[in-house]
Amino acid sequence: MMSAREHDYVAKPPLRTIAVPIGSILLGSAMGLLPVIATEPILPPLGLMMLLAWRLLRQEMWAAWAALPLGLADDLISGHYLGTSMILWTVALLVLDWVDHHLVWRDWWMEWLIAAIGIVAIDIGAWAASQPTDSSTPIKTLIPQLIGAILLFPAILRLTATLDRWRLRR
Amino acid sequence: MAAPRHRRRGFSRRVQFGLFAGYVIATVGLIVALALLLVARFDPRAFSTVRGIAIDGGSLFTGVGRTAIRSLHDAGDEIDAYVDAGGQNRALKRELAAERRAVIAAKAILLENARLKRLALLTEHLPSPILSARLIGSTPSGQRRFATLAAGRREGVRPGMAVRAPEGLVGRIFETGIFASRVLLLTDGETAVPVRMTRSNIAALATGQGDGTMEIRSLIAGGRPFRRGDLAVTSGTGGVYAPNVPVAVVVEVRSDRAIARPLADPARADFAVVYPIFQAPVVEPPAQPKP
Repeated sequence: MMSAREHDYVAKPPLRTIAVPIGSILLGSAMGLLPVIATEPILPPLGLMMLLAWRLLRQEMWAAWAALPLGLADDLISGHYLGTSMILWTVALLVLDWVDHHLVWRDWWMEWLIAAIGIVAIDIGAWAASQPTDSSTPIKTLIPQLIGAILLFPAILRLTATLDRWRLRR
Repeated sequence: MAAPRHRRRGFSRRVQFGLFAGYVIATVGLIVALALLLVARFDPRAFSTVRGIAIDGGSLFTGVGRTAIRSLHDAGDEIDAYVDAGGQNRALKRELAAERRAVIAAKAILLENARLKRLALLTEHLPSPILSARLIGSTPSGQRRFATLAAGRREGVRPGMAVRAPEGLVGRIFETGIFASRVLLLTDGETAVPVRMTRSNIAALATGQGDGTMEIRSLIAGGRPFRRGDLAVTSGTGGVYAPNVPVAVVVEVRSDRAIARPLADPARADFAVVYPIFQAPVVEPPAQPKP
């Protein structure tokens, strides 16, 4: 009986196993659609944080190209030039592949550090890529958003772990 | 804990090939994305159809929650109004008396202005608004400062039109969907508004800084032309914005430039009014070919 179900599971994994990670990242990006009107960037980049959390938690699940469509969705929602998040997120996943290969000992602090570096680098990259040619936005406007994002990341990681348990429950 | 090695190649041809193909797709995708970014850099209005659909889809999502957020804002204001109500009442009465005198003086000036303009045979074609619509959302996590307006191409909104609230200028339309559009707020780094200081009548340029403020630079070099509390209104130069719309008030002076805060707070503005482009840029006729 059990083996039959097992076999069934292997043959066709439920939609939930794929839909939950992708859906949660898209939902994170869609948090930018919250009906608040902000005159400075205040909300942390939740789509990116969800992606990093899933990638750190389940590295075998993500090929680097998965970031391309997710980044495209994020660009469309956030109003950045198309291609900004596509490039930055894909490069981030490629770099994480390299990091996985070279960094053997991992713990919770290490994951937080990796995510913090990733968020800061990608946010600065997005800032640089989204500046029109004659713009004068100083880079220090990023600081509140970055601090918020770094402090919030452990909570996102915890949320992702909960989602992961629910996703794989049978 | 040592992390498990999932990317180890092993001897399976299939796994090796799958990994390799993944990296090839990622690289090709990167090149495509880079091309997209370059296209956007040289033509910011590119892919307007796809982006318009995204704006429309997002506005459906955003419009629902907007009322709740606004009522929260209002509740905060209600509570705030009770704090020190007596002192505020006295101060407001004093202010009201002063304002009444000012309004009477302003009415006299208005009449005189109209008379003088008739004398000078000066004609003005100030644009009348196209429509008013709700500002429903913004991009709070992105690096650009956009707000979403609940009106789009179907209602006649086109990129480049000016958007204002009762308190002052909000920005201009950046791109449009069918029933929603993106407004480039004054505080975005791309915004540049030709302004005039009401106190000294100095022409200046106000540019957004991305952090909720604008920087005002005088068009004439030298001196300290700005003071705290100075009001900047649009000058109408360049023809995008109609003249005499309030823009920002100076909050900080840094030698020959000033930091100003926009007067209209898009988070509080119930409705924004869309104006057509004040005077469309004159298209230069092509030069006669030299024989």
